[in-house]
Amino acid sequence: MHELALVQGLLESVLEQAKKHQIKKIERVKIVVGDMTSAMPESLQFAFEVLRRDTPAGEAVLEIERRPVKLTCQECHFVFRPEGLKYSCPQCVSGRTSIVEGRELFVEYFEGE
Amino acid sequence: MKVFMARDLLQTNAGMAQRNRGVFSRHNILAINLISSPGAGKTTLLEKMLDALAGEMNIAVIEGDIYTSRDAQRLEDKGVEVIQINTAGACHLDAGMIAGVLKEMPLEKLDMIVIENVGNLVCPAEFDLGEDFKISVLSVSEGSDKPAKYPLIFRQSRACIINKIDLIPYTDFQLEQVIDEIKDINGNLEIFPVSATKGDGMGAWISWIRDMQKGKSRSAGE
Ligand SMILES: Nc1nc2c(ncn2[C@@H]2O[C@H](COP(=O)(O)OP(=O)(O)OP(=O)(O)O)[C@@H](O)[C@H]2O)c(=O)[nH]1
Ligand SMILES: [Mg+2]
Ligand SMILES: [Zn+2]
Repeated sequence: MHELALVQGLLESVLEQAKKHQIKKIERVKIVVGDMTSAMPESLQFAFEVLRRDTPAGEAVLEIERRPVKLTCQECHFVFRPEGLKYSCPQCVSGRTSIVEGRELFVEYFEGE
Repeated sequence: MKVFMARDLLQTNAGMAQRNRGVFSRHNILAINLISSPGAGKTTLLEKMLDALAGEMNIAVIEGDIYTSRDAQRLEDKGVEVIQINTAGACHLDAGMIAGVLKEMPLEKLDMIVIENVGNLVCPAEFDLGEDFKISVLSVSEGSDKPAKYPLIFRQSRACIINKIDLIPYTDFQLEQVIDEIKDINGNLEIFPVSATKGDGMGAWISWIRDMQKGKSRSAGE
């Protein structure tokens, strides 16, 4: 249930930015959530609906873009999307890989007037 | 109007974690973050670690618990500093909570800080506390499917302890298969099958963590 805390932080920074740009009504907030994060889209949506009340984002839509996991091999530098939970390199079989995509958890933009 | 932000949702925590990391480094303290489902055996492992190591180094424990201080009480008679953080409902510790208690600790004297996170395999994986590394604890009684269900924590850990191996004969737990699965998720992970209560495998784990502590204090002198 840490989604509540995440969305709280998200709203605070969006509202602060909106104020700076003299935006009175926020219509859309777009966030990017990697598959390799523990944030559940449904919980984020739910938290957003609860927390946006009585703010300039009161009627805003939360758009969530998922990013699938992409890895790179530390040995042969092959870049690949893992199948299931096989995160080892399909080319050289090395288990030493790092995550290139899939750990995202950020606000990309918001829209309003 | 469209306003681009590119703001990380964990940005505040990340900044705080970086500050904690600096504090640990300056004081040559190895900090580890123990993460598991409820009841996998974190406190029992800690008790045994303290029995084995408290005579040779100064260890302090930070106990994260949603409401109680039972685990802290269990560790208190081991003669080490134990600090309790009640998260008041939150499912994980965050870097700010750790920063808050570091101020109260005798950092000059310490060699290692062990943080027992709230029993939960999901949320604690996401929150960097500034630790040197995370240790995930998986127990035989939870069944074989935890790595597949919660890959993130195994990906984020440096070592994984598979606890309660004394129970294997009474379950359908497939040790070799689980180890292979964990290695698929993270080929860099050190894996320690142990029984915290019976003692099997504990020697290897204790000597590994002792070496990690020595490594940290050596690198600090450079
Ligand atoms: N059979 C067996 N039981 C164990 C072992 N290690 C711990 N236990 C038991 O498992 C139960 C839970 O152990 P704890 O150490 O309290 O687990 P924990 O992870 O600290 O639990 P929370 O802090 O509540 O999340 C206790 O009854 C322990 O005695 C083991 O190696 N084998
Ligand atoms: Mg405990
Ligand atoms: Zn490779």
